[in-house]
Amino acid sequence: MSEFLSPPKNIDRWLGIGLSMLMGLVALLLILIVAFLASEAWPVIQGDSWARFFNSDGWYPLENKFGLLPMLWATLAVSVGAVVLAFPLGLGSAIFIEYYAPRVIGKPFSSVVTLLAGVPSVVFGLWGLTELVPLINNVHPPGASLLTAILVLTLMILPTISLTSRSALSSLPAHLLQNSAALALSKKSMIVGVLVPTASKGIVGGVLLALVRALGETMAVLMVAGNVVQTPSGLFDPVRVLTANIALEMAYATGEHRAALFASGLLLMVLVICVVWMTSRLSSGEVNGYD
Amino acid sequence: MAMIDRSFTIIIWIMAGLVLLAFGWLVSDVVVQGAPKLSWQFLMDEPTRSGREGGIYPIIVSTLLILMTALVVVLPLGLGSAIWLAEFSSKSSKRVRTTRLILDVLAGVPSIVFGLFGYAFFCGFLDLGFSILSGGLTLACMMLPILIRTTEAGLAAVPQDWRKAGAALGMSRTTLLWQVLLPYASPAITAGLLLSIGRATAETAALIFTSGYVDRMPESINDSGRALAVHIYDLSMNVVGGDKASYGSALVLILMVVIINLSASTLSEFWLEKKISRLK
Amino acid sequence: MSNGLVKGNAYTLGSIEQGEPCCDPIPHFSINNLAVSYHNEMVLSNVSLEVYKGCITALIGPSGCGKSSFLTALNRLSDMVPGAEVSGDIVFEGENIFDASIDVRALRTKVGMIFQKPNPFPLSIRKNLELPLKEHGVRNKSEIESKIFDALQSVGLWDEVKDRLQSSALSLSGGQQQRLCIARALILEPSVLLMDEPCSALDPISSGIVEEMIQRLAGRYTIIIVTHNLAQARRIANYAAFFWMTERVGKLIEFGQCRPLFESPQHSLTAAYVSGEMG
Repeated sequence: MSEFLSPPKNIDRWLGIGLSMLMGLVALLLILIVAFLASEAWPVIQGDSWARFFNSDGWYPLENKFGLLPMLWATLAVSVGAVVLAFPLGLGSAIFIEYYAPRVIGKPFSSVVTLLAGVPSVVFGLWGLTELVPLINNVHPPGASLLTAILVLTLMILPTISLTSRSALSSLPAHLLQNSAALALSKKSMIVGVLVPTASKGIVGGVLLALVRALGETMAVLMVAGNVVQTPSGLFDPVRVLTANIALEMAYATGEHRAALFASGLLLMVLVICVVWMTSRLSSGEVNGYD
Repeated sequence: MAMIDRSFTIIIWIMAGLVLLAFGWLVSDVVVQGAPKLSWQFLMDEPTRSGREGGIYPIIVSTLLILMTALVVVLPLGLGSAIWLAEFSSKSSKRVRTTRLILDVLAGVPSIVFGLFGYAFFCGFLDLGFSILSGGLTLACMMLPILIRTTEAGLAAVPQDWRKAGAALGMSRTTLLWQVLLPYASPAITAGLLLSIGRATAETAALIFTSGYVDRMPESINDSGRALAVHIYDLSMNVVGGDKASYGSALVLILMVVIINLSASTLSEFWLEKKISRLK
Repeated sequence: MSNGLVKGNAYTLGSIEQGEPCCDPIPHFSINNLAVSYHNEMVLSNVSLEVYKGCITALIGPSGCGKSSFLTALNRLSDMVPGAEVSGDIVFEGENIFDASIDVRALRTKVGMIFQKPNPFPLSIRKNLELPLKEHGVRNKSEIESKIFDALQSVGLWDEVKDRLQSSALSLSGGQQQRLCIARALILEPSVLLMDEPCSALDPISSGIVEEMIQRLAGRYTIIIVTHNLAQARRIANYAAFFWMTERVGKLIEFGQCRPLFESPQHSLTAAYVSGEMG
């Protein structure tokens, strides 16, 4: 350019390289997390010693028995139970906001759901501990139980399901509504037969997201579940989940006990990676569907 | 037919009612039990008798210090990564898809696992001990995926027209980014930042083994400091008779989080309006 | 037009004026065997033509026949499109623009581009013009002021906006925004303007104003304009190139002086298209 000073041409390239290095650091974080968990857990997972996590008859750290199965079942029972309860409620409240609520109710109701999403888990725990536990104790002692944990967790993940379902429903094309209305379908058949199935991918994605949150929740469950290490056999049994176990014992654990806690953290990571992988499969299918 | 339709309507209303009821119960409980404790004194006093009495001043200070430490780290890392993803990478490349998967996994990592990692890496390996610094760094790791995702979405929502205009004028991407794209997306980015701060403020599990339990006033960020959420947990689980103070702290925490989240949603609504008015 | 001020109404076939005759056709762009493909799918192939200095060349043809792809190859904006590949030669002012030694950003200051939808930056009117200047190294305050004045004058916007240069460019009307975009391109002192349907997103009155302005710019600048409005092409262009799609690939069917191309087309496809029978 004759009359213009030549601008620094390489700035874009340098900035790009710099930014991609930042991104690389963030990606490295995941590797670091897995590496540090694995190295701390190494004493108890090397060789075939990891097998004792699954064939020991219980979690007795003082006797070097590290059976994770009871707590794994408890984790799954609490999470699946919460998802089973939160799914209809979350989807129902999304349908309520989108199709049933009059405007005066719909707007405040949806802010309630958003606010609920922001309530700290320790506050859910506090509430469950001082309100729900005594209530359930009246029905069937001790009160702190699988059921309490499920109820508290349901309330915690409900906003996730509700918000994602709602955004999936509201992004449906308008002609779907018009078409079904033209067919003189009843409102219920329209929602159950057309709208929800069409939005199902987004809704299922939300449910998986909620499942990840449920699997990883620590404080609220710890505060209301009773924390007895046992395979749950009924709704009123006190249980201890994997996350709570780490929070409870990390403070004083040493040696193999400590390593075993890191190993259980690793197990949690594996669970989460599985669900995230499923979610990403789901959404990549979506991309192909639209291409 | 009409019967079924009717009962479906009723079921939907009942579900909404249940959600509202549970929310009302939770909030009224915290407000009713926490409000008597709430006073200027409570906010400005040191805790006494393990927190049963006195206030939460050092705990609020620790919480803010932990958040600030986290922000100092998360801002450059998170914004930089998001800008790279949104503006400098080719969307379909394998590298970007892998990066996205990594971010999704990071977003799903349980907070207690972040706590374990922070304990092993920051406290142990880097020898930072139980400190506000360790806690803040651990929180930063947790906030990263949220901030990156919201920032990237904010940039992706900037009309493509301006990128074309900039390129056609021979402008560098850097100039365009600073002068046009970032200013335009800044409300969305701020909203995402506030959202991730809200998350971090509410966090307990990641902090128990990183920033520690000490409820004294911290002298520097190398001191241990107790976050508000940890305080609530400790009072309700480990201190007999700590429920009242626990509810008082819970009310303070909820108010903080609500204010943060409300400003986030106000900002994004304002941004949406701005976008819509541009389309007119 | 009821007020009679606006000469070229884009929506009726007014009296046909011939553009300025280009007595001395000096090639400004020489395009040879150009082909464009997206993700290995050919959208435009085998295009060869010369664009003459100071003339208005209109690109006409139905949607999707590769006119816009052709246009974006000329300032290498096609580099930005993911999966786009361009082959062939484009010689501009003596250099092949696909040479590795070409400074693409410098090329784009010489070859300005106007888009279908007005796209001023969400900044003040002044900032919109200042930004590209500063980007290309003009720092002197008085020089910037005089360049802003010149650019706004040549698009006829100065009197309309001189009192509110600080207000947002987005507060302007659609037609004013489009003229601001043209001013923003002109301020870098290009020799060529590429225009991708610059009037199609505007109301008839604004469209007429912009069209008139384009005619005034001819001579000083080489203008290549994509348009779906045949009447407009006929009113303003000196040369016209007719594109058509055969077997899903865009091709150049006929190129020549505007008037002969419309009145006595050589190719039957051109004849059918300009008479409105096809396309």
